Amino acid sequence: MLEWWDGFWAIYSTVIFSMGINAMLALSIYLTLSCGLLSLANAAFMGIGAYAASVISMQTALPFPVALLASALLPAAVALVIGIPTLRLSGVYLAMATLGFGEVVRVIVLNMDVTGGPMGLNGIPLKTEWWHIVLLLGATLYCLARLRRSKVGRAFEAIKEDEVAARLMGVNVPAYKLLAFVLGAVIAGMAGGLNAHYTFTIGPGNYAFENAVDILTMAVFGGTSNLIGPLLGSTSLTLLPEMMRYFKDFRLAANGLILILVILYLPKGMWDPQRIRAFWYKKAEQKARGKLTNSAGKAG
Amino acid sequence: MLQLTAISKHFGGLQVLQDVNFTVPQGSIFGLIGPNGAGKTTIINLVTGLLRPSSGAIQFDGADLTAVQPHRITKLGIARTFQNIRIFKEMSLLENVIVGMHEHLHYGAAGILLNLKSYRSVEAKARERAMELLSWLRLDHKAHLLANNLSYGEQRKLEFARALATEPKLLLLDEPVAGMNPAEKTELMAEIINIKQRGFSIFMIEHDMRFVMGLCDKIAVLNFGKIIAEGTPAEIRNNPEVIEAYLGKEDAA
Repeated sequence: MLEWWDGFWAIYSTVIFSMGINAMLALSIYLTLSCGLLSLANAAFMGIGAYAASVISMQTALPFPVALLASALLPAAVALVIGIPTLRLSGVYLAMATLGFGEVVRVIVLNMDVTGGPMGLNGIPLKTEWWHIVLLLGATLYCLARLRRSKVGRAFEAIKEDEVAARLMGVNVPAYKLLAFVLGAVIAGMAGGLNAHYTFTIGPGNYAFENAVDILTMAVFGGTSNLIGPLLGSTSLTLLPEMMRYFKDFRLAANGLILILVILYLPKGMWDPQRIRAFWYKKAEQKARGKLTNSAGKAG
Repeated sequence: MLQLTAISKHFGGLQVLQDVNFTVPQGSIFGLIGPNGAGKTTIINLVTGLLRPSSGAIQFDGADLTAVQPHRITKLGIARTFQNIRIFKEMSLLENVIVGMHEHLHYGAAGILLNLKSYRSVEAKARERAMELLSWLRLDHKAHLLANNLSYGEQRKLEFARALATEPKLLLLDEPVAGMNPAEKTELMAEIINIKQRGFSIFMIEHDMRFVMGLCDKIAVLNFGKIIAEGTPAEIRNNPEVIEAYLGKEDAA
């Protein structure tokens, strides 16, 4: 049994680690989406966090928690600076601006010495343990769940539904948007810091356009109306390519097909409490009606 | 209470309001009427800070509103409803009303994250108050439904409850009975009188003459961006200029 577990862990630990990291990334974009912001900067924030933590671990003797703290604070500071002008945009315009920001970050990283340029950073110490990820993911989930139940969560939701009405209910809309953006950057940055310390190597291409879209896909695939959706989406999209190994060369095509089917038939994501409740309600009703006709038949 | 002095507003070359002056007195229902496109909703948008006047001053209880952010104006004590209802449809009625209390919920990040007593007692009081406001408009039995499920008339009443949750001194109603049937109109009329009797001042924009004449203590008439008459309902009804604005001028032929 123990031997089996060792073998399993040796092969699949990376997949399990990525499940946790991707869950944090999906939650980071869930946070901005819950405030009505379609921001695609999360991959870039993840990169900033990853580079900040890696540089500290490789060039100083500071302990791992300090590196992780930096991976949360530097993206937060950057988000604060770029958030103030860009959050005036909405909808696809914000998406384009944040994508542009991601590209700027990539090019800067590509041309800096401290980040290793196009070669990236190699030989990052392997410091991430499984319980680091569990702890930070748990803390993220707990904080987001608490926020949802407070005036902050209600303000986010009100802004998402109707910005003008939210403003006239006394909600300081620009400030709350900035808060969502910065907190999203903190979560994505920490995910980046954790990720860098088990992959051994990072490069500028790891945090570019495709990754930004992947993060968004995970959240939308799972559903963004609550916290379970992003978890479900990130877990299934991390595991899906592994389970598709059977299809060999058609793996990516099968992966894409499943994505398309989910978006077509479950536009609100896999975890949509309203649809699920409606489904069970309908079923219970059918059952009740079935009984009614049965007993009527007997009486007849 | 609310005073507009020499307000003008133009969008580019389009003059929407010209030298508008009027005062909404405390403790009464003040009506602003006028044909389509006269600039009525623009006035409400100016008062709530969504638009800025091109010139002139807006004063509320002695405070100048002309450069204040909308959420600050709400805090000063002005709340509004919208002509095309803007409730939060994916939220429950209770949550809709509690969003209106946003500025009055005082607790910090520690209170939220650690579920401290400061947070719990404020939230409990907010729920209690929200239920009370919903019961004023006889919606309390639906408090936990999604706002989506309400009829048109009920959605309007929810908007009232939400506006009252901001603890306003002055309530702005933008065409409250637009699109309603006669039964709903009569019901809403009673609700508005109810709200006034609880001590709120009301400033209302409306098309429906019977509704305005039956409710308002004082009426101003806006036509092509200018105030053409002001007075009691009886005075307005017999004012020749108002009749002309609404019915047109008789041809001299």
